[in-house]
Amino acid sequence: MSISLVNDAHNKNANLAQSVSPLAVHGLTVSYNQTPAIFSVNMVVHPGTMTAIVGPNGAGKSTLLKAVLGVIKPLAGSVSILGKPLVKMRDKIAYMPQRASVDWDFPTRVIDVVMMGMYRNLGLLGRIRASHREQAIKCLNRVGMADFATRQIGQLSGGQQQRVFLARALAQDAEIYVLDEPLAGVDAATEKTIIAVLQELRDSGSTIVAVHHDLATVSDYFDDVVLLNKQVVAAGPIDDIFTEANLQATYGGRLATARVDPESVAI
Amino acid sequence: MIDALLLQLGYNATLVTLGACLLGIAAGVAGTFLFLRKRALVSDAISHATLPGIALAFIVMVSFGGNGRSLFGLLFGAGVSAALGLLCLHWLTTRTRLGEDAAIGAVLSVFFGLGIVMLTIVQTMSVGQQAGLEGFLLGSTAGMLRGDALLLAVAASVVLSLVLFLRRPFELAAFDPAFAETSGWSLAWIDFAMMGIVLVVTVVGLKVVGLILIVALLIVPAVSARFWTDRSDGVILIAAILGGLSGYIGAALSAVAPALPTGPIIVLVGFAFFVMSLLFAPKRGVLASVLTHYQYQRQIHLRQGLLALAQGQPIYEALTRRLMFRAGLILPDGVATASGQAAAAKALLDENRWSIVRADQSFAAAATRYDGLTVIEEFLTPDQMNEVDGRIIAPRALF
Amino acid sequence: MGAEFVSLSLTPIIIGVCVAIGCALPGNFLLLRSQSLIGDAISHVVLPGIVVAFLVTGAVATGPMLFGAASAALIAVLAIEVVRRLGRIETGAAMGVIFTAMFAVGVLLLEQSDTSGVHLDVEHALFGNLESLIWLDAKGWGSLLDPATLRTVPVELPRMMAALLLICIFIFIFWRPLGVSTFDEAYAKSVGIATSSLGLVLVFVSAIAAVAAFDAVGSIIVIAMFICPPAAARMMTNRLGHQIAWSVIFAAFAAIVGYFLAGYGPQWFGDFNSVSAAGMIATISGVILAITAMIGPCRKRTT
Repeated sequence: MSISLVNDAHNKNANLAQSVSPLAVHGLTVSYNQTPAIFSVNMVVHPGTMTAIVGPNGAGKSTLLKAVLGVIKPLAGSVSILGKPLVKMRDKIAYMPQRASVDWDFPTRVIDVVMMGMYRNLGLLGRIRASHREQAIKCLNRVGMADFATRQIGQLSGGQQQRVFLARALAQDAEIYVLDEPLAGVDAATEKTIIAVLQELRDSGSTIVAVHHDLATVSDYFDDVVLLNKQVVAAGPIDDIFTEANLQATYGGRLATARVDPESVAI
Repeated sequence: MIDALLLQLGYNATLVTLGACLLGIAAGVAGTFLFLRKRALVSDAISHATLPGIALAFIVMVSFGGNGRSLFGLLFGAGVSAALGLLCLHWLTTRTRLGEDAAIGAVLSVFFGLGIVMLTIVQTMSVGQQAGLEGFLLGSTAGMLRGDALLLAVAASVVLSLVLFLRRPFELAAFDPAFAETSGWSLAWIDFAMMGIVLVVTVVGLKVVGLILIVALLIVPAVSARFWTDRSDGVILIAAILGGLSGYIGAALSAVAPALPTGPIIVLVGFAFFVMSLLFAPKRGVLASVLTHYQYQRQIHLRQGLLALAQGQPIYEALTRRLMFRAGLILPDGVATASGQAAAAKALLDENRWSIVRADQSFAAAATRYDGLTVIEEFLTPDQMNEVDGRIIAPRALF
Repeated sequence: MGAEFVSLSLTPIIIGVCVAIGCALPGNFLLLRSQSLIGDAISHVVLPGIVVAFLVTGAVATGPMLFGAASAALIAVLAIEVVRRLGRIETGAAMGVIFTAMFAVGVLLLEQSDTSGVHLDVEHALFGNLESLIWLDAKGWGSLLDPATLRTVPVELPRMMAALLLICIFIFIFWRPLGVSTFDEAYAKSVGIATSSLGLVLVFVSAIAAVAAFDAVGSIIVIAMFICPPAAARMMTNRLGHQIAWSVIFAAFAAIVGYFLAGYGPQWFGDFNSVSAAGMIATISGVILAITAMIGPCRKRTT
């Protein structure tokens, strides 16, 4: 079997000038205690698309997102947002981290969490006006959580918590949304809601990059995909890149794919 | 000083030195489990919680017409109130939403505050007799009686034998509590035994180093020991040695300088061992880590640089270029040297081999060893190598 | 509540209340960040700081001693962080190593230098002497309006009030970043909040509270105030703002009731010697915590 060369992704995307890409990563390497989590990652995201980052456990997907957003420091490599370094462009990018990183015992209500998304604009001492509260309620409405505005955050179910975090990201009013497993461990209704909101955002011009855990739904929900297993195995539009060969290469031959022979299914 | 170390300085000094050594060994061992169980500062709560018990025991003994200075009685009181403190700690962490750190601090400060109140009551009771109680804050080894030293020795032996007997369940509980439970051990009883041992060591150590510093004897040897080994029984052994040495040397030093209190000197000797371990332990020490880190970073940059060379891509990072130039792999203008070309081709070949291996399930075991740096020849047999090489379509060298 | 109250009890009570609130305020955030024991560490290291200042300046002067204590606290915090990262040791163990070593140094220095003529002994460092901070020159409530008498107020009072003001300002200004970085650190970093620096500043502000309080009430009560009122408040509510408010109420209550019980309680038992006010305040705060831990509406874990 023929295997595409490592870093082929770079060649495929060479046409897209880095200066207009909402999120471009070059040579990014992150390690924990002398073990690399991601190694020499190149990635160029197209504007106005939904890109999935997909790979097995331990592939470094969360690490990649965190390094992109400056949450952890890389050992080597660079990140540019719309052609500029991250520190100048934080207004344009909104992050939805994994639920595991949060302190659920913290005394805060749903509406307070959404307002956290506005803190960057409000600054340290800016007054919170009625208009801000209305904006927060609007964001909660979009994700179907407006009725829960005064609940303590620890009392919600997993799906409800995820929606609140999406509302917080919405409140940031950004151009690029970076989400870490937004659909992990949520109920079907929440999944539908979240995808609908993300697709609305994409249709109005925003760029979505999400680590996605469920291979079965990648082609339904996303436009582009990045296959990651410590390095980028392949990246590009779903139709070109999301092939069985590439998937086997990413998952190390451990994928079991179910094949249904259409003739044998009686309807 | 030599005389002190050789126990030639007289009866009392010898007693204190041996007693401190035994205490150090017992504390080092008991403290290891606390440390491995990530509950090091529980010992601080236990030691501060002894104070109300000591004061109360004194009051009770005096009101019964006694001396009020019986070590056994005072230590018994200390043990009871420390046990009460442990119960409160357990209750707070299991029945409320408080974290263990807050519970430790609450028990520590409230019990100690109560103890202070009682000490001031004692102060007003009968001035001459209470002078000994403050000695429990910082330790007072002057005038240590033979009976006291015997008490220390007995307690230390009891602790050591208990620990020896229970070391397997302790180890299980420290490493994987859930597994310990499902294996049939009662986590509650193991914790109970562990805390009981810490309590005995604390109470016994009150006399030598005082309640504020006994924490040091429990924690520091264990922390130092961790730097030297990755095995838990290794940690116990080294902690015992370091603790015993701290006690022995510290007490000897203090005998030579009688104006200085014993407790702080023992603690500082232990701290010196800690600093040495932190800096110079192989593998886990600071020096070793820093060297390994820079070595690793250099290897990563070289590897990425070589791969970039092999694929005809520019090298963006200045650090990479610098390292490659120093390694003789490129010329100052970025063009590859002969050895650079060879190394780049080798790196690319290695990378291709790894891609094949990682994509194929029959090489699953080797695939897990991929870390972006290790050369693949280290993990495959020659037969396997031939098979992998047969699958590479791309040319083997690009220059 | 006559003239005697003003000269003998008013100033200690106000100082006690300022100490309690000044420690409880940052203590709320320390509690939520599971850093409560930093108060333990700080209170153990102020001793060496003060002793070193005394040895260097040769006098028991407020300024250098405060500076020495603050420096010691900062050194301790940095050392703990260094040990934690370099050695990959858990926080509690790192704290235990550093603060015991520093405390040992403090005791050694203390015993070595001849401080017998000065009120610089370990007991004082531990539980202070709140009852002695009286306003002898006051002649009744009218003295509050008399500038000449006001100047003779014990120096600990304006010092503690200034520290309290500083702490309130800090919490007010950094309310939002503190909340976000405590709740969701990754998100906070992604919006540009310097979470590590903010954490360090929070600890430093706590150190200021501890150091300012130290001379009045010693170190033990500081730990109690960092932890007990905020912990009790956490049992009462699920809203951060309300938690802060409750902690202030509990802190003030403990200070006032504790002081009175220490001073007047023994008289109910036929004894005319008062007991340690600092110890009693710590005890009362513990009682409040125990009560809220048993009946507080939000005391149970939700997760």
